Amino acid sequence: MNEVEIKEIIFQLLKQIAPDTEPSQLKPNENIRETLNIDSFDSLQFLVSLNEKLGIEIPEEDYGETTTLNNLVNYILEKMKI
Amino acid sequence: MIEFLMPSLGADMEAGTLVEWRKKPGDSVKRGDIIAEVETQKGLIEIEVFDEGIIEELLIKEGTKIPVGTLMALINPPESIEKTKKISAPKKTTITIQPTEEKIIEKGTGEKFEEKLFKVSPLAKRIATENKIDLSQIQGSGEDGAITKEDVENAIVQQNKVAKIPKETIESIKEKSTSQIESIRSAVAAAMSKSNREIPHYYLEKRIDITKTLAWLRATNHQRPIHKRLLPAALLIKAVAQSLVNFPDLNAIWENGIQIKKEINIGFVVSLRGGGIIVPTIHTANLKNIDEIMEVLNDIIPRARAMKLRSSDLSDSTITITSLGEGGADAVFGVIYPPQVAIIGFGGSSQQPFVENGMLGIRTVFTATLTGDHRATDGLTGSDFLSALNKHLQNPELL
Repeated sequence: MNEVEIKEIIFQLLKQIAPDTEPSQLKPNENIRETLNIDSFDSLQFLVSLNEKLGIEIPEEDYGETTTLNNLVNYILEKMKI
Repeated sequence: MIEFLMPSLGADMEAGTLVEWRKKPGDSVKRGDIIAEVETQKGLIEIEVFDEGIIEELLIKEGTKIPVGTLMALINPPESIEKTKKISAPKKTTITIQPTEEKIIEKGTGEKFEEKLFKVSPLAKRIATENKIDLSQIQGSGEDGAITKEDVENAIVQQNKVAKIPKETIESIKEKSTSQIESIRSAVAAAMSKSNREIPHYYLEKRIDITKTLAWLRATNHQRPIHKRLLPAALLIKAVAQSLVNFPDLNAIWENGIQIKKEINIGFVVSLRGGGIIVPTIHTANLKNIDEIMEVLNDIIPRARAMKLRSSDLSDSTITITSLGEGGADAVFGVIYPPQVAIIGFGGSSQQPFVENGMLGIRTVFTATLTGDHRATDGLTGSDFLSALNKHLQNPELL
């Protein structure tokens, strides 16, 4: 799975949680939660759905590495190498 | 015979529109079954039955707007199906002649009303009964607001219009999302205005060190797969519920005096993306463990946001919690949701200098608030409650 495909999945899952927003318009270094106005509950739901879709486990201490589109994509790519 | 009435889904709800019956006469139902879908200001709500039996009769037409408390259906309890059939006629007579009840049940009109509330001519009453018109819904134009024959005839014309709502219109009721935001807004407006008009609020706040609480949560979550992880909200709900056990006066409603409630049912404020809030209930939260509360949240929050709630999700709250989450304002001083007598608020947490045992340290702290109804309790009760809540939050492993 390449970067474009991962982004596609991220946008799709974010759109489910925040249907009134356009996740594909996110800038690479923007804070996802703040920009799309996602609360802690929906944020957890998003990570759960990422886990289900991609099979990657994201420990709580790594949440800080998933805040922007750039670092989330990189984090997933790293995880998928392992 | 069990009378199934249009339930109230909060102080701000006066009526709803029956969109669809999910059961038909002859179907058996048990507690928790969905009997109907009703369009309310809080979206399309699935209405549950609280009794067991067989549907005898559905009294309201789909598409009809009905006030809270309206008789919607008759249900035969299982053990008395045979018996009830035989005695149903005399039972009706008994109800009609009992003056102490102050109301009569007009079987067939499908409506229940208080006779003393309006004046009506005998002719108008007869026409209304024959045409299944609810007199309580008619504004009388006669002397002293008496309902005349003409008023009833106008109502019949109106009813026929309602009864002829085509299927497409009912479908469109399900889809109107923009107006749903507006109706949520007006539901919130109605409840909060009533609260501000009637309830003398008092406000308390307490700064609470939640470093230990969050550390416990992190350690617990560390051992769990992501879909089993807990959010601070689940722990806060449990801590409030546990604290309330010793403060029954705060777990109450005010209706001509304080009425203490046995069950601790927490209303949890969920904000909607389009604006507005909805407050689903976590029933008997003190008897649930944190995992069970988290399961309820996982179920109820997405349904609240999708406006797909059941009647039990919105009923019987005895107190409300509003939690702002991290990054937002430091404290929230809530407006009580009537007829409740208190609301607990949690602000966003932040790292702050905090003195404990004469030592200054950097701790994660948030502000818990309590807004109380001064008719029901005094500031001391609220203050003691916040201290108890603090103790529970310092010992999360015991919750």
